[in-house]
Amino acid sequence: MTPLPAAARAPRLSTADAIALAIFAILAVIPLVTRFGAESYLLSLVTRIMIFAIAAVSLDFIVGYGALVSFGHAAFVGLGAYAVGILAFHGLNDATLALPAAILLSALFAFVTGIVCQRTKGVYFIMITLAFSQMAFFIASSLSLYGGDDGMTIRARNTVAGFDLMGSDGALYYVVFLFLAGAYLLCRAFVASRFGRVLRGARQNPARMATMGYEVFRYQLAAYVISGALAGVAGFLLANATAFVSPAYMAWQRSGELIIMVMLGGIGTLYGAIVGTATFLLTEEWLSGLTEQWKMIFGPFLILVVLFARGGLAGLTARLLGRRHD
Amino acid sequence: MSTSLLIVQTLNGLQLGVLLFLISAGLTLVFGVMDFINLAHGVQYMLGAYLSVMFYAMTGSFLAALALALLAALAFGLLLEFAVFRHLYERDHLEQVIATLGVILFLNQGVKFVWGPAPLSLPIPEALSGTIVLMPGILYPVWRLVIIGSGLIVALLLYFLVSRTRVGMLVRAGATNAPMVSALGVDIRRLFMVVFGFGTMLAAFAGIMIAPILSVEPGMGDTILILAFVVIVIGGIGSIRGAFLAALLIGLVDTLGRSFAVDILRLFMAPSPARTVGPAIASMLIYLLMAAVLYFRPTGLFPAKGRS
Repeated sequence: MTPLPAAARAPRLSTADAIALAIFAILAVIPLVTRFGAESYLLSLVTRIMIFAIAAVSLDFIVGYGALVSFGHAAFVGLGAYAVGILAFHGLNDATLALPAAILLSALFAFVTGIVCQRTKGVYFIMITLAFSQMAFFIASSLSLYGGDDGMTIRARNTVAGFDLMGSDGALYYVVFLFLAGAYLLCRAFVASRFGRVLRGARQNPARMATMGYEVFRYQLAAYVISGALAGVAGFLLANATAFVSPAYMAWQRSGELIIMVMLGGIGTLYGAIVGTATFLLTEEWLSGLTEQWKMIFGPFLILVVLFARGGLAGLTARLLGRRHD
Repeated sequence: MSTSLLIVQTLNGLQLGVLLFLISAGLTLVFGVMDFINLAHGVQYMLGAYLSVMFYAMTGSFLAALALALLAALAFGLLLEFAVFRHLYERDHLEQVIATLGVILFLNQGVKFVWGPAPLSLPIPEALSGTIVLMPGILYPVWRLVIIGSGLIVALLLYFLVSRTRVGMLVRAGATNAPMVSALGVDIRRLFMVVFGFGTMLAAFAGIMIAPILSVEPGMGDTILILAFVVIVIGGIGSIRGAFLAALLIGLVDTLGRSFAVDILRLFMAPSPARTVGPAIASMLIYLLMAAVLYFRPTGLFPAKGRS
């Protein structure tokens, strides 16, 4: 009797869950530890890591499970951030308005561009998502009312239904923490659901899924929109954390960095995206403090990871633990 | 919108198109034959420019600098191929993107380390530094015409190489179905080395030719790389003909769009919003074009591969 796929997968899933739990446990206690050292620098660094981790998890959701390699994911982050910035510019400073606006804007952008992008495959998909993010970048640069190329500062963080919930750095940290946990659980639930199985099936053999009666296009478009909306949430948080929005958030280099983050941690694991983001940003922080020429170290580091650590850090750990990584 | 401005801008567009073609040609062939995304192709263009500045300072002759820079760029490209790229051909596109991005990070910082962060420049060879009168009242720099001319010559040469020679035939066959060519007894790796080296030299050549009119600085390859990718995607990956036509198209659309977008918008818009919207539309134009082309032809205008 051949084992059921679900049964075969079960132990790996629980390993993943254990790792994810450990990650979240560590993230939950960081502010408690740093409170005594009064290292708000560390707090804001980890907040930034968690925000980009949300975007990276959303990217891993479509790259790892849908094989939709988006090279324009930073655009969604930027759109979410701009929603906050533009509303704040007009005096609308509440998250009950800004968050839905950020989600709607990025989801709408994902929906419209997704319809076009889904017509292409492989490298063409990579390039067309890049094209759309470049368009978003140039539109943002042309908004002279909202700072144009230079971007604009946001005077105050969003209130939540009138209450100043995100006012302190510690409070913002836990808000971001909850959003990251929510994003992770949401993507994990999607992946495990029937929807996620169709998506994975379509990645391996779209023709076969189509003959089985699934409209692959719709599933992939839905995944793309969900992913875009989640990245928009990351943008909402980023604007609140930095009190600043600028077209630079949407630059193609940012999209490339998101791909690196997902890749570093290990594609198609979700928790890997969090680990990868942390690795990327901490390495960047550490090396740039060490030397001005840090990119001369970081570049070869990336090459070495690709050449010798297939499957990213998740793959590496799995191999070290003696498990097969699929 | 005067006629003389239109002529000058059309020539500028051609010049950008030719430059894009020189870079895209190598990119599209490398991609077509080896299925290898080389983001680091743009740094070859940057290196070409930097090397020519260095050799010019040593020799004082543009031609010597050109020859030496081309050779040095070729050597460096082959070194990169040997040290890094060779190990990536079997990997998936995502891994290739990351690794070649690593090469970009290293080299952008590397040139800053070696030559300093300040922009450098290369003087135009004296005999070609003037302007000529195209028509009464229209002056145009000779060097830009030299760029257009040399680019067209290279395009012709490439066309001859690819469509009339044995190596060219193998390259075309490789772009269509590499495993089959390999199965027929052709050493596809060696063929690829030739293609790769040639592409590297073309990109470096583009960098050297543009160095006299652009500032030579770290990161100069990044913007042009994205444009080159737009070109090869519109043209159809693996197709030299597609790359040539798409390069000219992109060069013209981008240049003309930037100079005339505001004027055209003013025809049906108030002047002040036209001035704000115009530049944004102009910068987006090529991406709009690319999205439109891919919507109707998801594998570009002249796809080389039989499969979709």
